[in-house]
Amino acid sequence: MCATQSATAPLPTRRSCPFDPPPEYERLREQEPVSPLAFPDGKVGWLLTRHEDVRALLADERFSSDRLRASLPVRAFRGRPEDFGPRSGMLLTMDPPEHTRYRRMLTRYFTVRRMRALAPRIEQVVADHLDAMERGGPPVDLVSAFARPIPSLVICELLGVPYTDRDRFQGWTSTLLRIELEEDEALAARDALHGYMRDLVAAKRAHPDDALLSNLIARDDGEDPEVDLTDEELSGIGRLLLVAGHETTANMLALGTYTLLSHPGQLRALREHPEGIERAVEELLRYLTIVQFGIVRVAREDVEIGGRSIRAGETVLASLAAANRDPEHFADPEELDLDREPSQHVAFGHGFHQCLGQQLARVEMEIAFPALLRRFPTLRLAVPPEQVPMRDDMFIYGVHALPLTWDRPSDQGS
Amino acid sequence: MNTGKTMRIRIDHDRCRGAGQCALNAPELFDQSEDDGTVVLLDDEPPPELHDSARLAAALCPNAVISIVEDS
Ligand code: HEM
Ligand code: SF4
Repeated sequence: MCATQSATAPLPTRRSCPFDPPPEYERLREQEPVSPLAFPDGKVGWLLTRHEDVRALLADERFSSDRLRASLPVRAFRGRPEDFGPRSGMLLTMDPPEHTRYRRMLTRYFTVRRMRALAPRIEQVVADHLDAMERGGPPVDLVSAFARPIPSLVICELLGVPYTDRDRFQGWTSTLLRIELEEDEALAARDALHGYMRDLVAAKRAHPDDALLSNLIARDDGEDPEVDLTDEELSGIGRLLLVAGHETTANMLALGTYTLLSHPGQLRALREHPEGIERAVEELLRYLTIVQFGIVRVAREDVEIGGRSIRAGETVLASLAAANRDPEHFADPEELDLDREPSQHVAFGHGFHQCLGQQLARVEMEIAFPALLRRFPTLRLAVPPEQVPMRDDMFIYGVHALPLTWDRPSDQGS
Repeated sequence: MNTGKTMRIRIDHDRCRGAGQCALNAPELFDQSEDDGTVVLLDDEPPPELHDSARLAAALCPNAVISIVEDS
């Protein structure tokens, strides 16, 4: 087959449509589903684009999540060893048994039941932000008025982080998610966030509240090493949850709204049948796959995937975006179908690391989208679509801003 | 017509990481523990009207925790 001759290329990142992944994925999935990939650090690894292969990789314990040994898809440097070490709290980058210890410690705070119990508070937060938008009048940037503040406020309350500090930590986290970033800039933002979180942990030890961080501290009895956490671990957990908790749902809300406005027929159907929101949210997750460059794993041993030999130490990139458009698994994958049957999309990943915050993200989206649509029946873009700034330059896809307008009651009559 | 189909659900608890797909998609059959968020099986022989949601939960569990044995 000619595919084996192809030169090793870097990850395709150029989109031809703001809602679709780069078209190159389609060719790869058909012709070379396990393809050699040139990483920015100069190493060669592999790219997986089929749904079946991506799920198999993420469920395969012969692959490690250790980001210190992995190459990153779109950036050459990795971070500091102490950030990802065994007792750093950064469970995202750990393997069992370290990963299991933290995950079991944390899942109780993110169960379906607990997240549903937050619904009244989330409804309140959403209503407050809609009131402010209505008072201020159009045009409004949905990102700064709605999509970013809501999940940010919710994760702050859940963790016990003062929302009044948001300008500081939102600046650091958005820096850390940029692709084009000098190493010293990244380290400065990382150190600032780290210091902030360590101070906060110290403050919680002195003056506990009833939120997550204090709760983790309270379980610490100085006897059971399974539940005792150092300040370093608490800071790691806090940083991971803070970053993951407000940059993800925020981008789904803004990009999801832009997507709905660009599909008027589907939007109308959703307005008429708001009870379809659960399926609609799953479909938006699949269709948009905001973890746009996928997730990496490192082979611990030699492994064969799809007829290719992966050698121990090589990085494999699972393209969640390509997997979520695989026609072998999804009928008409290029179509947005808000009424699609529940399917095994991989927008939240798969395997042991499948998103810890997914039930929170779902509750937030299931409340926020319908409330926004209900409040503004004439919601529409305030600029031509080509002027919407897309987040091609960030690890998490979305829009940098979304200028929207609507008809005010006074605009219509008299 | 009653086909007399029975279904049994088995849980490989060690593999559960509390993602909650089961409690979300088949709340009649699965809950999550208050203690560590892992799965609690509420009914290991679900009635026929819950067979579809049992299958969905098994398909969506990211860690192959839920297995289903069907005999007719
Ligand atoms: C729509 C929004 C979200 C998307 C698309 C998303 C996506 C993902 C993905 C793909 C992973 C797997 C990473 C891997 O396997 O390497 C993940 C893990 C994780 N997510 Fe999310 N996420 C979202 C929202 C959230 C929220 C709101 C939180 C807040 C708490 C959160 C916290 C986490 C954590 C802590 C992990 C690491 C879990 C582990 O390693 O066991 N996420 N997320
Ligand atoms: S879906 Fe699977 S991993 Fe998640 S809580 Fe249920 S059984 Fe556990």
